[in-house]
Amino acid sequence: MSVKQISIFMENRPGRISAVTKLLGDGGIDIRAMALADTTDFGILRIIVDDEEKCIKLLADAGYSARATAVVAVGFEDKPGALASVMEVLYDNNISVEYMYSFISNKEAGKAYIMLRVDDNDAAAAALEEKGFTLLNSGDLFGDK
Amino acid sequence: MPKYWNEKIECMSRQDMISLQNERLVAQVKHVWDNVPYYRKKMEEKGVTPDDIKSIDDLHKLPFLSKADLRDAYPYGLLAKPLADCVRIQSTSGTTGKRVVAFYTQNDIDLWEDCCARAIVAAGGTNEDVCQVCYGYGLFTGGPGLNGGSHKVGCLTLPMSSGNTERQIQFMRDLGSTILCCTPSYAAYIGETLHKMGYGPDDIKLKAGIFGAEPWTEEMRREIERLLGIKAYDIYGLTETSGPGVSFECEEQTGMHINEDHFIAEIIDPDTGEVLPEGSKGELVFTSITKEAFPLLRYRTRDICVLTREKCSCGRTLVKMSKPMGRTDDMLIIRGVNVFPSQIESVLLKMSNASPNYQIVVDRVNNTDTFEIRVEMTDEMFSDTIKSVEAVEDKISADMLSMLGIKAKIRLVEPNSIPRSEGKAVRVIDNRKLV
Repeated sequence: MSVKQISIFMENRPGRISAVTKLLGDGGIDIRAMALADTTDFGILRIIVDDEEKCIKLLADAGYSARATAVVAVGFEDKPGALASVMEVLYDNNISVEYMYSFISNKEAGKAYIMLRVDDNDAAAAALEEKGFTLLNSGDLFGDK
Repeated sequence: MPKYWNEKIECMSRQDMISLQNERLVAQVKHVWDNVPYYRKKMEEKGVTPDDIKSIDDLHKLPFLSKADLRDAYPYGLLAKPLADCVRIQSTSGTTGKRVVAFYTQNDIDLWEDCCARAIVAAGGTNEDVCQVCYGYGLFTGGPGLNGGSHKVGCLTLPMSSGNTERQIQFMRDLGSTILCCTPSYAAYIGETLHKMGYGPDDIKLKAGIFGAEPWTEEMRREIERLLGIKAYDIYGLTETSGPGVSFECEEQTGMHINEDHFIAEIIDPDTGEVLPEGSKGELVFTSITKEAFPLLRYRTRDICVLTREKCSCGRTLVKMSKPMGRTDDMLIIRGVNVFPSQIESVLLKMSNASPNYQIVVDRVNNTDTFEIRVEMTDEMFSDTIKSVEAVEDKISADMLSMLGIKAKIRLVEPNSIPRSEGKAVRVIDNRKLV
């Protein structure tokens, strides 16, 4: 069970985020979650959108380097220690985290959500599900509209 | 203190020099005709035989050689001696990734080092001096050339090579170096580091510096002279003819005397190839009249300069060339290393996932060249993690280093972000002010 994330290569200079978000906004793309990773020279904007095919086409036509990647969306109790228990499951299963970021969902009250990019999505999903964590798919993310 | 290394040659009358050049040119053309089929074919195509070359007035009849010939004839095609007679190879970068290799007999090395000795003596060097050579050693001609010249003069030679600046300064202080040989940008850097370490010119014994292998301005000369408390002399050369010491500056500092007993200089119109009258600005062409192993006739340097025979106050009669004022090709000299944009393109083309759209940005910050290569990102190179993008940068960086012999900062930029004017990208932005 996974969610498609779109990553966009961006130079680290003024106006780039403004330009890409305007492009997506004008194209009617709804962004549900996002994270920006940055280095001195470049950044990678990662977004979860309602229509990834349309989004990829929009970006490609505008000349961006973009790529779709599967990530795991996990929900857990919004209380101290819950995130640590998610990480513990991954660690116990020898799953390595590349990056992660949190996002908001209206799906269920009292829950916190993170988007996970790990070295083995399937293994992570199976291990987390076994421990009773909630995994979301694309439909869950946009079903609350 | 002797003023000249070889007074007889350096102060020879014009007439005697012409006779010497005539004699050497005639013999050299025969040597090349007999031993270099590649050039012989070029002569035949032009309908010229050694019989047509009776004096330097006939020089213009000979065909030119260019960097493209060196590439086509790589590696042995222009060799004029059996390999058994050769003792050394030096090398420099070529236009499309293939390096230029030049061969030397022991005699070639001796004459080359002799040229460097002239430069050292012109800068005031004697056997009492301590000469610190921080040009790179190895395939690059800078280190070996000045090292050999320094030995000839009898200086105590410190073969430091470049880098490790604090150690350079420690040796300079501890061993009392009096002459410094390196690129001008490195000299400036040594000077700045000296001051940063809390020292000044009074804490070192340097009196002169011999700086070359890259373009530098009069302002930079004054700056180096101030920082190190020395007189800074320019030196010029190219691997194709030997290395540093083809020409050198005297105390007048108004141009470099060409060692005409070894190299005949011409100035040509780079478009027509026509020889221009003395004093004209044009492309510098050299004919090696003493080299045995790698005797290039009418080699086009692509450097633009002016020759002058005005009397020099130093007493030398050798013709003087101005500092090169530019290039007729797209070669860049970055930190003393020759870089052709085509080399960068060839690295990118070899990488299956890279875009050949690049841009070179060169600047000079604190007297040191900065060198950045911008490469457009492609879908194939891109993935969602920082480390994979950085791995792409590192790969390009390593491949560029191995191709260029100089480290470049690789900056990945967005697709189509490198400006294209009329469909043709601007490949080089050189922000240095060198002339």
